[in-house]
Amino acid sequence: MRKLLIANRGEIAVRIMRAAKSLGIATVAVYSEADAAALHVASADEAVLIGPPRPADSYLKVEAILAAARQTGADAIHPGYGFLAENAAFAAAVEDAGPVFVGPTAAQIAMMGDKARARDAAAAAGVPVLPASARLAPGGLEGLEAAGEAVGYPLLVKAVAGGGGIGMRLVARPEDLRAAVESLQSMAQRAFGDGTAYLERYVAAARHVEVQVFGLGDGRAAHLFERECSVQRRFQKILEESPSPGITRDARTAMQMAAQALAAAVSYRSAGTIEFVVDDDTKEFFFLEMNTRIQVEHPVTEMVAGRDLVQLQLRLARGEDCAPLLDGLVARGHAIECRLCAENPERMFLPSPGRISRLSLPEGPDLRIDTGVREGDTVSAFYDSLLAKVIVHAADRNAAIEAMRAALSAITIEGITTTLPFLIRLLDHPAFIDGRTLTGFIETHRATLFPPKTGETAA
Amino acid sequence: MTIEIRTLTAGNVWKVLVQPGDNVAEGDVLFIMEVMKMEVPHTAPAGGKVTAVYVAADQEGLDADAPAVDLEEVA
Repeated sequence: MRKLLIANRGEIAVRIMRAAKSLGIATVAVYSEADAAALHVASADEAVLIGPPRPADSYLKVEAILAAARQTGADAIHPGYGFLAENAAFAAAVEDAGPVFVGPTAAQIAMMGDKARARDAAAAAGVPVLPASARLAPGGLEGLEAAGEAVGYPLLVKAVAGGGGIGMRLVARPEDLRAAVESLQSMAQRAFGDGTAYLERYVAAARHVEVQVFGLGDGRAAHLFERECSVQRRFQKILEESPSPGITRDARTAMQMAAQALAAAVSYRSAGTIEFVVDDDTKEFFFLEMNTRIQVEHPVTEMVAGRDLVQLQLRLARGEDCAPLLDGLVARGHAIECRLCAENPERMFLPSPGRISRLSLPEGPDLRIDTGVREGDTVSAFYDSLLAKVIVHAADRNAAIEAMRAALSAITIEGITTTLPFLIRLLDHPAFIDGRTLTGFIETHRATLFPPKTGETAA
Repeated sequence: MTIEIRTLTAGNVWKVLVQPGDNVAEGDVLFIMEVMKMEVPHTAPAGGKVTAVYVAADQEGLDADAPAVDLEEVA
């Protein structure tokens, strides 16, 4: 592998380039017209314009990306996360065209991208799964009421082709089921080109805990411990940490072993994440899905496990024996990541694009900030709201919280509204400090997380 | 009384669900922006008749607080 094309933008593109450079691999950025002045373009050895701002016309355009690889002589492509990262047809097209796809095989992406097949694979590997219905094709809703009763209420209506929490409906009462299924099917048809839905048990007091795995593609796989990602808005993560503050030692071990067994059973290749929902009342855990990509929150694992996951992906993709790097892994200390996003928490996390007039980020020995923006950049409305990830590592959870508070307090960002003040309030919240982080955290603690401003009276 | 509905954020318009002459009820969705991969619906703050629509489906690069829809409130 001599030259790597990164089919992505923003912080993850910059981060992948850093790993490539550490291995002496040249880098190629691709960019849309909105990103000509972006940090990921400036960070690459070469850059190729692939189209207009809309993702469908640029970062999602397989032909344009393959043409950029041909033009620059790139012999490998890393998809990052989002965009084409979990598009099996893209992975297949890359390898058909010649370059190495840095990630799992197209067949593995396809299997795990189909929620029902993923669930079957998990069950076959002995991993506990949630009660769920059969597939519900648009139009064929006979027996829906009975299926709802069998799964039990409250339940989630999910799109087979969905992901990342996009396109889920929570249904508490049988009389609301039909409308929710129909609405979700129509949304999924539009968004994913597949309107097939299914029902799944909803765990009310839930934690979202996931296990990082790395497979060598030959049936050998290792886990790199867990991350707790329960604090979410709109089913999207906002803070992640490792280890999880809320599971027992036995549950942790069982979950790690289950994840490793599933990765091994499918001969998984490269970095992946197996997501679980943990019932906080019973401490039972259930398979949710497998993400067949490097994840936003991978630095949390890198901090505690002492491994560079993206570098590992590149080493495996260029044919190195990575087994020694996965031997004798030990989790050290506690790591937390906060996502700094261009959103307004006071207004239901309304997106807030615009120009960053001032940006100053701190540095420190156990502090890492992965960002794709610089002072003066315009944050486009076309892409994700993630501006930077702030990651700290300390001896224990309390010290990590303290370090994160110090890091966030040292950030200056002006010109756009961000989640920064909210993140500091989150860290100061007694329920967070106690580790009582359930997926409904922000809703449950809305009154104390959003104190009335001076001059307003409390309702 | 005319109510001006303005964009809540900068971004792109995904869908427009009303046209001049339509009668809408309070809470009806008038148009939906797509901003940073999120849907941002804009709803009618009161019932009334739509008198002007300044946004179009797939329109790109709107500023925040841009005029979008005028509504004549029903007394």
